[in-house]
Amino acid sequence: MNTIRKREELGRNVVRYVVDAPLVATHRKPGQFVIIRVTDHGERIPLTIADANPEMGTISLIVQSVGKTTREMAMLRPGNAIHDIVGPLGRPTHIQRFGTVLCVGGGIGIAPLYPIAKGMKEARNRVITVLGARAHDLLILEDDMRNVSDELIVTTDDGSYGTKGLVTDAIRSLMSDGTHIDQAVVIGPPLMMKFTSLLTKELGIPTMASLNPIMIDGTGLCGGCRVTVSGEIKFACVDGPEFDAHVVDWDSMIRRLGTYRTAEQVAADRYDHECRVGLDAGESR
Amino acid sequence: MNAATRFKLPPVVMPEQDPAERVHNVREVPLGFTPEMALQEAQRCLHCTNQPCVEGCPVGVRIPEFIQAIESGDELAGIGIIKGTNLLPAVCGRVCPQEDQCQKNCTVGKAHRDVGQAVQIGKLERFLADWERENHAAVIPQIPPSSGKRVAVIGSGPAGLTVAGDLIKLGHAVTVFEALHMPGGVLGYGIPEFRLPKEIVYQEVAYLAKLGVDFQYNTVIGKSITVDEVRKDYDAIFIGSGAGLPNFLHIPGESLLGVYSANEYLTRANLMHAYDENSDTPILRGKSVAVLGGGNVAMDSARTALRLGALKVMVIYRRSEEEMPARKEEYHHAIQEGVEFHFLQNPVEILGNREGWVTGLTVQKMQLGEPDASGRRRPLPIAGQTSNVPADVIVVGIGNNPNPLIPAALPGLQMNRHGGIITDEDTMETSVPGVFAGGDIVLGAATVILAMGQGRKAARAIHAWLTGTTEKAKD
Repeated sequence: MNTIRKREELGRNVVRYVVDAPLVATHRKPGQFVIIRVTDHGERIPLTIADANPEMGTISLIVQSVGKTTREMAMLRPGNAIHDIVGPLGRPTHIQRFGTVLCVGGGIGIAPLYPIAKGMKEARNRVITVLGARAHDLLILEDDMRNVSDELIVTTDDGSYGTKGLVTDAIRSLMSDGTHIDQAVVIGPPLMMKFTSLLTKELGIPTMASLNPIMIDGTGLCGGCRVTVSGEIKFACVDGPEFDAHVVDWDSMIRRLGTYRTAEQVAADRYDHECRVGLDAGESR
Repeated sequence: MNAATRFKLPPVVMPEQDPAERVHNVREVPLGFTPEMALQEAQRCLHCTNQPCVEGCPVGVRIPEFIQAIESGDELAGIGIIKGTNLLPAVCGRVCPQEDQCQKNCTVGKAHRDVGQAVQIGKLERFLADWERENHAAVIPQIPPSSGKRVAVIGSGPAGLTVAGDLIKLGHAVTVFEALHMPGGVLGYGIPEFRLPKEIVYQEVAYLAKLGVDFQYNTVIGKSITVDEVRKDYDAIFIGSGAGLPNFLHIPGESLLGVYSANEYLTRANLMHAYDENSDTPILRGKSVAVLGGGNVAMDSARTALRLGALKVMVIYRRSEEEMPARKEEYHHAIQEGVEFHFLQNPVEILGNREGWVTGLTVQKMQLGEPDASGRRRPLPIAGQTSNVPADVIVVGIGNNPNPLIPAALPGLQMNRHGGIITDEDTMETSVPGVFAGGDIVLGAATVILAMGQGRKAARAIHAWLTGTTEKAKD
């Protein structure tokens, strides 16, 4: 039973769960993910593992409510269970002593970035972190990230916190200050990863990006998560999820994420409607 | 009844759902024999002394004996005879290519020079298995005292289930590790409901669980548990992780929206029930669907597309009707249901619009040349003859390779150049002592019955390995 032990709201529509998953907790490494099903009629969705406690047999999952499945998950409380969790899946991040590592995180992507930054720090790298969010209330894990970073810069699109602007602006200003970077890791919304990767390519900084395409099984069976890397088909679930960001076909990857946009919208609207109907009929909250 | 009378009896036609109706549901197409029909069909068996049908069966089911039991009205005896050698008759009766195995060798068919006239062994097998299930007549065998030995089975497809069933009956403790949330492997995610109702698979698994087999779902060996941990905790390992690695054509446009591997398309529909409105798993319901390939998986995909509401479904195959590897029965069902077949057409590019959605494909007209390595005539392009076929969903069903996840987690495992595990032909033992393998991870994408045949061999050898009785398993 994947029982939820703890639930914590990290930001607007963002929840952190600590959930029982002993096998995952003892085997996972930074960069890996799980696939979950919230209910027995649920879809399978990949979620990155934000942290783990092998002694307690628990893992942390950070979820942003965007569609029906994640909204349904957001309703779960401690004591409830997630129907299925399988993992850890994917290849772990290649962590070594690079020198100075730039960790760039955006939105919910900060969740999977955290264990990687932590790993990089433990491998005695100098870690410079740049976090981006649309607004202050959407920024997550700032303190956790600060704890594993030598330097932390926050940008918000609306200027409600940190520096107003995009992560790419912050990277440019770092570079213009003469900072040398040996390796970059970027995880966030696909467009942000694309533009960060274009910039680091221009700046000659080797960059890894962690991709989160649509998946079903997570074992190489379905090929739904295929991405084009250096002109070749790769499966993010088994060949990734991390790839050399400079040779990922971002446009194709971003387009494929939209495959079910219409269906997702319909499902989310229907779910919201049913919830409201349910609430109206039941006791008020 | 004498042989001459038997020989004159025509094959009994199994009733089927009407094609016009069945494309609107996912219920099974052939409806099964009534006891009267089964009796009539059983009477067609000549009970040849040399039993050529048994030789054609990869697991050597004692076919004339079970047919005799049907003729005597003793279904319980009949199913007992089958289960002595075949653990999953309800599955095999439905999906085995009998026309290439037992029924191909049948004397009745041979005498008529038409395999279509052979005794319908598969349908009789299905009859007995369904009879047992519907009458809750499954017999729980006496399990010998525990041997104290533990066996890990990786994968709950046909090979793994066979190994688990055979070894639990010999008194060994068996744990089956399954990566997905449901059992059955390809029986669950791949073969559609209308060909193999999932309830049948789940009941077979429930039966094994009743015998004491422990099923661990959501467990990926090499990830959730390392191979070393499994080796430490278990006395022997069987790898039956299947051929779940879809091939793509590597032509332009395969990343467009609306292009699926057949595995993904079928997994969404079958395992995740995307055909059901209450399922949360989405699937693109194309109006015009092109399926690339000519095997059973292509047939399954095409017929699934119809049930998802496609108005036009095309199978595009680069060779001709004759070379098509799909079972005749599946091909005929597809034609009955209105699937169009475009032979001698080789896809060379998938076309899309500016937003990245599929709009169709370009095909190259082919002609057949000299036979190639597979013995089939090689398709050759006819210069300058290409055309465009409009489609809004494209399903690539050109085959699978062995899934590399387990081999990657177990260094030292010797592999062939197709990514399959190399095993001893008789014992199914791999290059790593105590580790056995069978089914599609060894064969590449093959059939359920061949996987079961290998599982059976492996179980025998694992038993010998665990009990130290023989160096090599005997037949």
